[in-house]
Amino acid sequence: MAITRIVCPTAAKPGDVIEIKTLIQHHMETGHRRDDIGNAIPRDIVNELAVTYNGVEIFRAELQPGVAANPFFAFTTTATETGDITFTWTDDRGVKTVERRRITVG
Amino acid sequence: MRWLFLGQTKVRIPTDWRIPVAVGARQRRLDPTCMLAIVMAAWSILAPARSGAEERRPVPVLPGHTFQSAESQRLQNDDGANPGMLWVEQGAALWTAPAEVSGKSCASCHGDAAQSMKGVAARYPAVETQTGRLLNIELRINQCRTANQGAPALAWESDALLGLTAFVSWQSLGLPKTVHIDGPARPFFEAGRTFFAERQGQLNVACTLCHDDNAGRRLRGDLISQGQTEGWPAYRLEWQKLGSLSRRIRACSMGVRAEILDFGAPEYLALELYLAWRGEGLALSSPGVRR
Ligand code: HEC
Ligand code: HEC
Repeated sequence: MAITRIVCPTAAKPGDVIEIKTLIQHHMETGHRRDDIGNAIPRDIVNELAVTYNGVEIFRAELQPGVAANPFFAFTTTATETGDITFTWTDDRGVKTVERRRITVG
Repeated sequence: MRWLFLGQTKVRIPTDWRIPVAVGARQRRLDPTCMLAIVMAAWSILAPARSGAEERRPVPVLPGHTFQSAESQRLQNDDGANPGMLWVEQGAALWTAPAEVSGKSCASCHGDAAQSMKGVAARYPAVETQTGRLLNIELRINQCRTANQGAPALAWESDALLGLTAFVSWQSLGLPKTVHIDGPARPFFEAGRTFFAERQGQLNVACTLCHDDNAGRRLRGDLISQGQTEGWPAYRLEWQKLGSLSRRIRACSMGVRAEILDFGAPEYLALELYLAWRGEGLALSSPGVRR
C-alpha cells in the first residue's frame, strides 16, 4: 500500500457536481534508465487508477511511463446517493492500493 | 529606482525589478549550459569584496514562492494537488504509529499535533538548553525519538523523517518565523552570518551574492530568490520528491562548486538559523513547491 492523499467532500446534495482530487506516492520508474553499473532499472509505474461509486465505475485512467512521480488526478462526478467512493491504484508489481471515502448525500 | 552593483559598475534599475514577470520580460535568458560558470567567474573577479558579515535583511522580505512560476504557486496553494502533502500524510500516519520497543507513538506523549506542535517549527532552529547544541527541526524530532520514544534516529532525507518534518511544519502553516538569536544562540547566528557572506567554491561566490545582490534575476531557468526558508521542506519538481532545507543548501553548495557538507553539518545548521532570522516574520508555507 502506497501513501495517498484524497480530497473529496464528505457531504453533498443530490445532483451536486463534486470535485475529487487524488495523489499517490510512487517513484514511477520509466524502465528506460540504467543504474550506476549499467543494468537496466525495471519499469515500475502505477499503471491504473480506477474509481467506483457504490460499485459503479466513475473514473478510470491508464498511465504510461513518462508520467512524473507521485501522479495527481482530479475529476468531477455527480453526487447521487450516500455511499462509498473506492479508489484503486495498481502498479507494475501488481501492488494494489485501495482507499475508501464515505459521502453522505441528502 | 534602486542601485545594483555589478563589479565596479553601478547600474540603475527600476524599483520593480524583483517582480518576476517584469524581470522575466526584461532580462535576457541565460544559456543554460555554460553561462553560470562565466557569470560567476565574472562576478567573483569584479564584485567588490564584502566587508565581512553585515547585519542586513532583504527589504522587503519576500517568500520563496513569489519567485516561482504561476503553475508552481498554484500547486503549492492547492493542498489537494500539492504533491508535498503526501509526506504530510505520511508524517500523520507516523505520528500515531507505536515504536517497536517502547510501544509509544509521538501521539502518546504529544497528543493532538494540531495543538501540541502548533508554532513549534516556526521557532526552529533552536538551542537545546541541556546540551547547548543547535538543533533544526529534523534533529529535534530525532532527538525526541532517541531520548523519549526509545526509537532509532531516522536517516536524513528518508521519507519517514521528511514526513514527520513536513507534518510538524504543517502545524505551523501561516505562522510567522521567529527564532532566538541571542544568548546561547548568538555564536551560531554569527557563524551562519559569516558563512553566508563568505566566498566559496571554485566559482568563489558567496550566498549573499546571489540571494541579496541578484535576487530577482535569472540564472539558468531559475529566478533567484532571497534564499528564504519558510517553504521548506519543499517539493522540488526536479527531485520529484520532497526534500529538506539541508538538501536545498547542499544543492547551492554544489552550484558554486564548493565542498558539499554533510547533512547536519554545523555550518549548515548555523546557516539555517541565520536564514530563519533573515526571513523573520515570513509565514510558514511548507510544503512549498519549487522548480
Ligand atoms: C550562483 C547563485 C547562488 C548561490 C551562490 C547560492 N544560491 Fe541558493 N539558490 C540559487 C538558486 C538559483 C536557487 C533556486 C531558485 C530560488 O529559489 O532562489 C536557490 C535556492 C536557495 C534556497 C531556497 C529558497 C526557496 O524559497 O526555495 C535557499 C534557502 C538557498 N538557495 C540558500 C543558499 C545558501 C545558504 C547559499 C550559500 C551556501 C546559497 N544559497 C548560494 C542560487 C544560488
Ligand atoms: C515518551 C514521550 C515522548 C514521545 C514518545 C515523543 N516525545 Fe517529543 N517530546 C517529549 C518531551 C517530554 C519533550 C520536551 C522536553 C524535551 O525532551 O526537551 C518533547 C519535545 C518535542 C519537540 C520539541 C517541542 C518544542 O516545543 O520545541 C518535538 C518537535 C517533538 N518532541 C517531536 C516528537 C515526535 C515527532 C515524536 C514521534 C516521532 C515524539 N516527539 C515522541 C516527549 C515525547
